[in-house]
Amino acid sequence: MLIGGAALLTLPAQARESYAITPVAVGDGLWMIHGADAPIEPANGGAIANISIIDSPAGAILYDCGPSAAYARALKGVAEQLTGKTVVRVYVSHLHPDHGLGSGVFDPAIVAALPGTIAALRSEGQGYADGMYRILSDWMRGTDVVVPGRTIAQESEDFGGRTLQLMALAGHSGADLALMDRQSGTLIAGDLVFHNRAPSTPTADLPTWRASLDQLAASEHRALIPGHGPIDPDGKAAIAQTRDWIDWVEQALKAAVASGMDMVEAGEIAIPARFSTMAAARYELQRSVSHLYPGLEAAMLPRIDAEARRSD
Amino acid sequence: MRGCAVIALALSMVVSSPIHAAPKAPLPADPLGSPMWDAHAKLLFGDDPVRFDPRVKVDFPMIAENQRSFPVAVDARGIAGVQRIVIMADLNPIPFAIDYRPTDAEPYIATRIKLDQRTPVRGAVQLASGEWLVSGGWVDAAGGGCSAPPVSRVKGDWAEHLGEIRGEAWPMADGKSRVRLNFRHPMDTGFVANIATYHLEELSIGDGAGKSYGSMEIWAAVAEDPAITLMLHAGAGATLSVEGRDTNGRDYVAALHVARQSVMPSILTQGDGR
Repeated sequence: MLIGGAALLTLPAQARESYAITPVAVGDGLWMIHGADAPIEPANGGAIANISIIDSPAGAILYDCGPSAAYARALKGVAEQLTGKTVVRVYVSHLHPDHGLGSGVFDPAIVAALPGTIAALRSEGQGYADGMYRILSDWMRGTDVVVPGRTIAQESEDFGGRTLQLMALAGHSGADLALMDRQSGTLIAGDLVFHNRAPSTPTADLPTWRASLDQLAASEHRALIPGHGPIDPDGKAAIAQTRDWIDWVEQALKAAVASGMDMVEAGEIAIPARFSTMAAARYELQRSVSHLYPGLEAAMLPRIDAEARRSD
Repeated sequence: MRGCAVIALALSMVVSSPIHAAPKAPLPADPLGSPMWDAHAKLLFGDDPVRFDPRVKVDFPMIAENQRSFPVAVDARGIAGVQRIVIMADLNPIPFAIDYRPTDAEPYIATRIKLDQRTPVRGAVQLASGEWLVSGGWVDAAGGGCSAPPVSRVKGDWAEHLGEIRGEAWPMADGKSRVRLNFRHPMDTGFVANIATYHLEELSIGDGAGKSYGSMEIWAAVAEDPAITLMLHAGAGATLSVEGRDTNGRDYVAALHVARQSVMPSILTQGDGR
């Protein structure tokens, strides 16, 4: 997820607040920190993404590290206390700032990301950081964009016997990293999977996203940790729900263009009752209208100018 | 100073009512508390009476996801005798976006505007009596919607698509129709270095035989690739003729027909409306 604008009428944080980081054990040597299922806003300090901590013989491993230096520093302390080991690897799942903007507090040599994520952070990271500072002000103090120092080129990484499978996927963004932890049987899916929290589409390519969901569904796993929302214990429901939402959004917006709706109206269409368990559904629908509608209009509305008639 | 000059120019183009020596009634206090209310209101409304009226429905999304293109709809169909609809954003360097005269159309317009910062976004409608009714709300937005270069300028392909117009018209009940018009145009504000102001400035829609459904003046506060939705008093099968002009004098001409029938797909009507 990323934020291009901001919720209406948000106020800057007045006082210096600190993040409450509450890891929950979800598997053998695996903890999940459930981010707020809400938009990025001062009330949550931008801590809306799920974070995973993995204990390995070689040290603690983090999958994503939060939106700010303050968050990442607190997370490092929590992870090292839980495992009794230092953090040896930080995976940044994709370019969106709620997941990895805090990575600058770690030695870049232990921070790893897909090549597409690194390229995107080089070109767009500062823009995202500016947006986060605007919305979160003091929460962001001391946070700088630091590009990960390790480019992921291999399909797995071993940490003293605990092997993580690295899945280079895409669709939610240009490069989305998923992790398969064989020891706990858990798939850590990042923002390719949302669960009871509406998916966001600012950098989405929907056909690619669907193909990645196919790959995740085909992987052998038990539980699944989504990028946002609660853990999915059977590992299937959240994938199906994410696909259902992005399919519905695309079909509904096509229908809205075809029936003559303006963008304001398209953001106000009825949301089916089956999505009533999803947090931030209306908010994400309206963001998706902004992301997807102009492209659908260009593809679906016919040319009516004299130039086009001449070339018919 | 350049920004101020553009504001003055924009205002001079919007103001068409004569400026009298003294207002008949004092301006009502702005419920939004905008620092620019008095200045804009005096210039736009002159000494015409003004009041805030929630029947002017100014609708927009809960989030300004893209400050270069923020959807706004002004719907005054609950008010009889509307002559003009003005869409404005107080704190934009170009505060006025569109001044629409629905001569044979419903008092409704939807478009997308640029936001240069957190600002009130308003709709103001003028009645035949001269009275203005105003409504709107604050919108929070990241900065720079007016001062970042248009996407097509960055991409470099704006000239290849200039003049492209897409659109369609759907019949509504009671011999009316909903018309959507999407233009390719960079809508340059003049605030980007070495790119002069260049925007669509006039648009009218008629039957091609002398009858006008409505016309409007447009400023560069309208988003790149202007998208406009109107509701005309033109029924199924009617021919619509669109004519526009930009600030370089380039003409834009399009023609379309109101479809014979329109179907609202079930996907848009099934839900709990949350």
